[in-house]
Amino acid sequence: MLTLSVAAAEAPRPQPKSGIEYAGNDVRALQADDFGNPGMLWVVRGEKLWNAPAGRSEKSCASCHRDAPATMKGVATRYPRMDAGERGLLNLEGRINQCREQRQGTVALSYESEELLALTAYVAHQSRGIPVDVEVNEANRKQYERGRETYYRRQGQMNLACTHCHERNAGRKLLADTISEGHGNAYPVYRLEWQSAGSLHRRLRACYFGVRAEQPAAGAAELVELELYLASRARGLRVETPGVRR
Amino acid sequence: MSMLARVQVPAQARRGDVFPIRIAIQHPMETGYRPDNFGRRIARNVINTLTCRYNGVEVFRAEMGSGVSANPQLQFYVRAESSGELVFDWVDDSGQRGSERAPIAVTG
Amino acid sequence: MPADRRRFLVSCSALALAPELACAQQNPQRDALLRDVTRGGPLRIGRVVVDTPTLADNGHSVPLRIAVDSPMTAADHVRRITILAERNPRPLVASYALGPHCGRAEIVTRIRVADSQDVIAVAELSDGSFWMGSAHIIVTELACLEG
Repeated sequence: MLTLSVAAAEAPRPQPKSGIEYAGNDVRALQADDFGNPGMLWVVRGEKLWNAPAGRSEKSCASCHRDAPATMKGVATRYPRMDAGERGLLNLEGRINQCREQRQGTVALSYESEELLALTAYVAHQSRGIPVDVEVNEANRKQYERGRETYYRRQGQMNLACTHCHERNAGRKLLADTISEGHGNAYPVYRLEWQSAGSLHRRLRACYFGVRAEQPAAGAAELVELELYLASRARGLRVETPGVRR
Repeated sequence: MSMLARVQVPAQARRGDVFPIRIAIQHPMETGYRPDNFGRRIARNVINTLTCRYNGVEVFRAEMGSGVSANPQLQFYVRAESSGELVFDWVDDSGQRGSERAPIAVTG
Repeated sequence: MPADRRRFLVSCSALALAPELACAQQNPQRDALLRDVTRGGPLRIGRVVVDTPTLADNGHSVPLRIAVDSPMTAADHVRRITILAERNPRPLVASYALGPHCGRAEIVTRIRVADSQDVIAVAELSDGSFWMGSAHIIVTELACLEG
């Protein structure tokens, strides 16, 4: 299998640009419109769920975390991060589910379920406007390296790596689409193609399909590790959740 | 959970002024053409009718089909006549109903 | 101006009396749709603005603003606005009933456009007349299929 040299991967990167800067006028206007942005429907639903008691504990998120605009401010900018317990690298979805299982005494929510999208969107939305600030340190370095390897690994029938589109050809056209830099700072995002909000893992899986590679399951370690690497590439970009994309 | 909707109506308006009303409803507006993961057609289900009543009088009605986008949003206009309430009601093909209301204070 | 609109205005000029009447010619399917809306009554082009991007970001959700020039009084108002997309599997997209209480005959919404085509808005006025406007929208597929 052909892989790119490590030296090329470590070359200094230019300032990242958010996907919204590569988007058309309508998508930009829709994201900026707090009422019209369809992703806000999930944020509003998330607020209701935040305050709803769940599970054996009959506690809501608010029971421990109180007022989300205060307590969740900035939180999404630091994810994915290592769990203090045994769950390894967690993204926001993983952290929400860990709280549900270990503290609320209820079941985990599935990826792309209305509830998980809503809660994740609501939590990430509290960091809107704040720059991504994920930390790579000794605790998560292995996961970060694996994520970086995935980013630069050719895969699928088309034998392409993320870098081929999103690093080498960002800003250029693929048929009628303008290729973005592939950052995750706006997720969960309302994608017009999905006619729904969706998670970053849904989008990553779509890219795997795009190059005709086997798709890891949503929530798989490979995708959470890739998410960590992507967050490191997005450092400095402001969180936009709920984003709108085509 | 029931259909989630958001409504944007100004809190107040001057008598005779025309103000915009915006409504956004979370709904898939299922066309009836999409297959599920097993290749079976997902049944059509769209919000087919939405009405707006202003102090009990119907001022606006939308009849929609599957050509309206998912998570439909609509902006229309109403002339401010008297203080009271705007009531929005809608129903989809499966018979599920939704409703929202918003007060309006009309001065002058 | 889209080519088919040019053709049809040219062929309409053959009608001596009412050059702005929309007339039957190369598009019988569109005429049938329009006839359903007007119930056979005369249809004029004008007074209806259809504001939509020329190139859609995604055909699943295209912004659309329709505005009809009307004082919206009890004596003179728009009764109904109908949206047609003739290349959609169901060309009748939506129909809105308005009245003098609206104050302004304007609708903003988002619609599905199945393929590049003209989107047409027909307004029915309180005097029984019908007016139409249209706009051409280009729709493309995503470069990468999602599976």
